[in-house]
Amino acid sequence: MMPSVTATLRFDNRRLRTLLIALATLLALGLVLTGSALLGEQATRPDFQARLLPPGIDHWFGTDTLGRDLFSRTIEGLSLSLWVGLLAAGLGTLVALVLAVISTLGRPFDAAVGLLVDMILGLPHLVLLILIAFALGGGTQAVIVAVALTHWPRLTRLLRAELLQIINADYVRLSYHFGKSHGFVLFHHVLPHLMPQCLVGFLLLFPHAILHEAALTFLGFGLTPGQPAIGVLLAESLRYLSAGHWWLGVFPGLGLLLTVLIFDRLGASMQALFTPREAQT
Amino acid sequence: MLSASALRYCHDRHRDPVIDSVSLRVKAGEIVGLTGDSGAGKSTLGRLLAGLLRPQAGRIELDGTPLPRHGLQPVQLLMQTPELAVNPRWRIERILHEAWTPDTTLLEALSIRRDWYSRFPHELSGGELQRVTVARALAPGVRYLIADEISSMLDALTQAELWHALLQVVASRRMGMLVISHDAALLSRVANRCYRLNAGQLDALA
Amino acid sequence: MKALLAVDALSLSFQRYSGWFRRHAVPCLNDVSLTVVPGEVHAVVGASGAGKSLMAWAVMGLLPANAHLSGTLNFDGLPLDAERLAALRGKCLALIPQSIAALDPLVRSGRQVRWSARRAGIAAHRTPHIARQTLSRYGLATDVEQAYPHTLSGGMARRVLLAMATAGDADLLIADEPTTGLDPCNRQRVLDYLRELADAGKGILLITHDLQHALTVANRVTVFHAGTTLETAPSDAFDGQGERLTMPYTRALWQALPSNGFQAPARERTHEEVLSLA
Repeated sequence: MMPSVTATLRFDNRRLRTLLIALATLLALGLVLTGSALLGEQATRPDFQARLLPPGIDHWFGTDTLGRDLFSRTIEGLSLSLWVGLLAAGLGTLVALVLAVISTLGRPFDAAVGLLVDMILGLPHLVLLILIAFALGGGTQAVIVAVALTHWPRLTRLLRAELLQIINADYVRLSYHFGKSHGFVLFHHVLPHLMPQCLVGFLLLFPHAILHEAALTFLGFGLTPGQPAIGVLLAESLRYLSAGHWWLGVFPGLGLLLTVLIFDRLGASMQALFTPREAQT
Repeated sequence: MLSASALRYCHDRHRDPVIDSVSLRVKAGEIVGLTGDSGAGKSTLGRLLAGLLRPQAGRIELDGTPLPRHGLQPVQLLMQTPELAVNPRWRIERILHEAWTPDTTLLEALSIRRDWYSRFPHELSGGELQRVTVARALAPGVRYLIADEISSMLDALTQAELWHALLQVVASRRMGMLVISHDAALLSRVANRCYRLNAGQLDALA
Repeated sequence: MKALLAVDALSLSFQRYSGWFRRHAVPCLNDVSLTVVPGEVHAVVGASGAGKSLMAWAVMGLLPANAHLSGTLNFDGLPLDAERLAALRGKCLALIPQSIAALDPLVRSGRQVRWSARRAGIAAHRTPHIARQTLSRYGLATDVEQAYPHTLSGGMARRVLLAMATAGDADLLIADEPTTGLDPCNRQRVLDYLRELADAGKGILLITHDLQHALTVANRVTVFHAGTTLETAPSDAFDGQGERLTMPYTRALWQALPSNGFQAPARERTHEEVLSLA
């Protein structure tokens, strides 16, 4: 039985949980980024005295076949993943918002955006990614552009539906009826309603973008072989796994998994906060 | 005087019009009732008169001139569900002040309390929120009200309270009002005369 | 007669945020008590926001996670706990929801009625027959079975919901504002169906804000105000000036009907004042 008035912070407090997840995310982000700045040089420095060492005190995650420190390489790879994710998810959200606004301008615009969305969704995801990265000649920029250009369709659909619902809402029509301008309606009624959707969309795009970046680099498209990206590390580890050098695959993979999970949890928690029925739980 | 002549409106070009050659006049200070079965087009007629829908034929005039295209509309619509007529993310104060800043006398007449100001719409009851939308619609320059089933979601006591307050304000400002309802007892209480909308046609009731 | 549903001293509160992370309990229902016996239509009337629907959700176990419930709920003489509710819901207890948006927009009506019948424990091979029978009982032709909800009028959609709730022969039916948005003809039709079900021995809990029309079918009326049940009166007590009603609020509600006095009290009374008038 719960006391009638409680001011305690309990674990079923979703807002508190969301805050904790957000803090954990920020902490992880900060650690990875500062770590990559501090360890950057170490990640590519070979040490032939210390080849294929198992995890230990000197090398937390062990070393690879050229004696490079795997911990530094994982952090470096994650940092690249985060940048790609940030830029790609940001660009993707922006494209989705702009296209959603365009689709509400009239029937032909709506049809055009709808066609574009269906076209992109109709193509196999990875094939499209590879094609774009290939066409742009590879490199970090090509990977970012490829991921950004392929991840907006679902969010566009979502935002378009939201927008249509709002501009046809009675309270928006009444606002015009009270003599309010298009600008007022846009900034006071429409955009505040879309911002939560955009934020959640951005957060949920993030893990997708990171996973696809890893997939692209794993397959060898995009980055130069020396550059430590998670996908490159995983691809390199394949040859040594059967020889018992498990740490080469496990640690970068675990890092990727944790990063993706943490952003996915944050996105899902934020989404629940913006859902009226769950907002108070 | 708010006058509509030979209005015609169809939702869909391939179907029969919902409103066909309907003419109607509401004088200042007069309260006119409108009844009819569901689907007869009562709400459509209300939206046409308020200027929220444009008729495909016919004219709506206020004292001989068409309704203005921009700015505050002199004919305002009050809706059945106040929850849909307000932005769910706005606080009551902002909602109340969207069209104008209502004076204390009006707020008192409609028993709108200051302590609602910081609340959100879902934290008020239907009757309370309906009074807020009524106050919002009574901006200076508004001369006619279309009340579309505004009390059909309310219990009898809240309904009586709302109507007594609204009738008092409307009478003191000499506004005209069209009351849409399928409750004959209510219309006989509030309206001076009544129409019935049937298959897109308007008949005067005794 | 033995009560089918007995709600006793039911209280309900919600955890809400005040500020960013602090929470406090907001009481919504307080000391709600009523009984429904087989063969009666028991109307629950009161203002919107008084907590009528919350009581229905509490009985059906549909409250969100931040709700906290106390008091007792008995169904057929036994306590209605979460486990028993999960077993009985849809079979012995059924709800007609307030909004016709409760229909799945992507599924044909007939299939939704068959789902309900299946949920109520009817063998799969018999559900098409039962669904057709139930729909035709409410005057819905076979083409309604093939229709998607958006092509139905408000009155027809409401009857599909009624068919879904009654497909399984439930003993207790909770109808939450079943007449909202219906024209007088369809409204009377729905109320008459509820009366028929009660005459066939079911218990009906009719939740509505519309006292006037509830009185045409109800045996007893319970008046709700600000989250509590004020009084339960037989429907024939709503007569004349309401002399046989005990609570002033109930009398005021009766006298405020447009067909009676259309009287409004001088101003809104707080809940404490309503109670102190008693």
